[in-house]
Amino acid sequence: MNDLLRMYELMAVIRRTEKAAYDLFMAGLVKGTTHLASGQEAVAVGASEALRDDDYTFATYRGHHHTIARGATPEACLAELMSKATGLCGGKGGSMHLTYAAGNMLGSYAIVGSHLPMAVGAAWSAQLRGSEQIAVAFFGDGATNIGAFHEALNLAAVWKLPVVFVCENNLYMEYTPIASVTAVANPAADRACAYNLPASIVDGNDVLVVRSAVREAAARARDGGGPTVLEMQTYRHFGHSRTDPATYRPSWEVEEWLSRDPLTIAAAQLSKEDVAAADARAEKVVAEAVEAAKAAPPAEGALTDVWADGSSTWRT
Amino acid sequence: MADMTYREAVAEGIAREMRLDPTVVCLGEDIGAAEGVFKTTVGLFKEFGPTRVWDTPISEQAIVGAAMGAAMTGLRPVAEIMFSDFLACCWDYLANEIPKVRYMTGGQVTVPLVVRTANGGGLGFGAQHSQAVENWAFTVPGLKIAAPSTPADVIGLLAAAIRSDDPVVVFEHKGLFASRGPAPPAGHVVPLGQASIARQGRDVTLVALASTVPIALQAAETLAADGIEAEVIDLRCLVPLDMRTVLESLARTSRLVVVEENPYQGGWGATVVSIVADEGFELLDAPIRRVAGECVPLPFADSLEAQVIPTAARVIDVVGQLAAY
Repeated sequence: MNDLLRMYELMAVIRRTEKAAYDLFMAGLVKGTTHLASGQEAVAVGASEALRDDDYTFATYRGHHHTIARGATPEACLAELMSKATGLCGGKGGSMHLTYAAGNMLGSYAIVGSHLPMAVGAAWSAQLRGSEQIAVAFFGDGATNIGAFHEALNLAAVWKLPVVFVCENNLYMEYTPIASVTAVANPAADRACAYNLPASIVDGNDVLVVRSAVREAAARARDGGGPTVLEMQTYRHFGHSRTDPATYRPSWEVEEWLSRDPLTIAAAQLSKEDVAAADARAEKVVAEAVEAAKAAPPAEGALTDVWADGSSTWRT
Repeated sequence: MADMTYREAVAEGIAREMRLDPTVVCLGEDIGAAEGVFKTTVGLFKEFGPTRVWDTPISEQAIVGAAMGAAMTGLRPVAEIMFSDFLACCWDYLANEIPKVRYMTGGQVTVPLVVRTANGGGLGFGAQHSQAVENWAFTVPGLKIAAPSTPADVIGLLAAAIRSDDPVVVFEHKGLFASRGPAPPAGHVVPLGQASIARQGRDVTLVALASTVPIALQAAETLAADGIEAEVIDLRCLVPLDMRTVLESLARTSRLVVVEENPYQGGWGATVVSIVADEGFELLDAPIRRVAGECVPLPFADSLEAQVIPTAARVIDVVGQLAAY
C-alpha cells in the first residue's frame, strides 16, 4: 500500500471513530462531553508519519485523532468514552484524557497549554539520555495566549531541545475567533521570533504537506538544531464541544473549509477503487470496535492507580 | 558524629542520590553556579556539572512542567521552587497535572519527581515570601508531602523522596536552614510516612511538623519544669500521614495539641484532629486544641510576625488549659 493510501485509511478510521463517538453520545452511551477533531485528522496522521515510533507526543482534550494516529485502537478509545474496563485508561480518563503510553503518546491534557512544558521536559530527558528521540506538543490556537506556551518556548529555545511545537489553528479558541483576542495574525508562528525559533505556516488539511513540514522540523530537532514552531491551518467540522452547535461561524466559512476536507484532498490523489476499499475497511474496523466496546464490562477500580504501587493509601 | 546545618543537609542529601543514580537531575532558578539563594545546592554544580544541574529562567510553570515530562520519560528530576509562595505560579502542575496523570491514564505513566521548596516564616520576608503553605499541597490527593525538622531527616527524607516512584513535595523550612544536628551515616533513608517521637511523655501529645517541632520541644522543656511531661511527635510527612503513631501516643497521654505553622483556616491539623475525633474519641480526656498560624497574611514586622506564627509560649498556655481537665 502506498503511503498516501495508508494515511488516507488512517484518517478514515479516525473520522468514523469520531462519528461513532457522536452517535454513541446521542444514544446515551457516552457521557460527559467530547471534543471532536473531525476536519483536523491530517495534522495527526501527517505528523505521526513523520515521527519515529518511539518519539513522544502530547495532545489536548481534542485528542482522539492523535491517540489513534500513534497506534491506539478505535475499540480502546471508544471503550474509554463508554466508561468500560477495556478503555485505554480503564475508564478513569475519558475523552479528554486519552493516553497511549505504549506508543509514547503521553497524554491528552485539558488544562489549556499545560502540556507544552511537559513536552519540553520529555525532549530534555531524551537529550540527556542520548536517545535521539524527539517530543511533539500538539495544541490549539487558544493555547498561544497562556503563559505556559511562552515559558515552554523560551526554555526549549534556551536549552536547544529536540521538540516540535505543532499548533492546530482552527480559527476559534472555543467560541471566540482567535483573531479577536490575539495581538498577532498567526498566533503561534508570529510568536516564534520572540524566542528566536524557526516557524512555518502549513496547510494542515493536506496530509502530505503536514508530513513534509514535520519531517523537516523533526530532522532539525534530532540533529541538534533545536525546536521548531509549526502552525497548521485547519478547521473543525463541529463545534468546540458536544453542546456547541457553532452558530457563531459564518456559513460561507464552513462551506469553504468543508470543501477542503483533508480526506477529500487525499482522496483526490488516489484511485476511486483504492479509496472505496479503504473506506470499506475503515467502516468495518470501526463497526467492530463499536460492538466490542458495547459488549465490554464496565469500568472498575475507583480507588486504584493513584500511587505507583497501584494503591491510593494516604495514611496509616 | 559530626554536626551539619539543615541547609548543608539539603545539598548533601541531593548529592548522595545523584552519586547513586545518574538519572537524578536538578533544575531551578539560581541553583547552579550561584548555588541557590539559600545556599542549599552548594557544591552540586561543581561536582555534577551543567548536564545534571540546570539553571532555569524565572518560569515556574516550565520548571515543574518540564520536570513532569522528564519524570514520565526516564529521569528523576529534583525541581526547586525558590520560595513556597511561588508554588502558586505553577499550581496547575501540582494540583491538576502531576497528581492526576497516573490516575487519569489508568496507571499508564508514573511521575517520579521531587519538588523542593523553601517554606514558612520567621525571617521577616513579608507576606509573599514567608507563608507556610504545606496545607495547599495537603488538599491534593496524589501528592506525597515531606517536611523535615532536622538535618538527618532532611537527608533521609530526600533519599526516600528521590527514590520514590511517586511525586513528592519536600517543604524545607527557611527558619531551620541555620539549625544544626548530627550528620547521618551513609545510606541513611527515612521512609515516607513514618513519624518519629521526638520526645517521650505521658501527659499530653504535641503533634508537630518541621519548624513547629523545635517549638514543641522548647515548650515541652518548660512544661517539664512544671511537672507536665509532653510527648512530641514529629510527623515528618503529611502524606502518607502516620496516624497510627499519633493514635498510639494518645492511648498513653489522652490529650492532644496540634502545633502547625500554616493557618488554622484549612490547616493540616484539622485533618489530624478529625481523624482523632473519628477514631480516637474514647482515648481523650480533654478537648483537642490546635495552635496554628493566625488567619492573616504574614506581616513583615518582627513584633507582628511573632503574633501570627505559633510560639512555645502559646503552646505552653494551651497545654496549661488542658491540664485542668
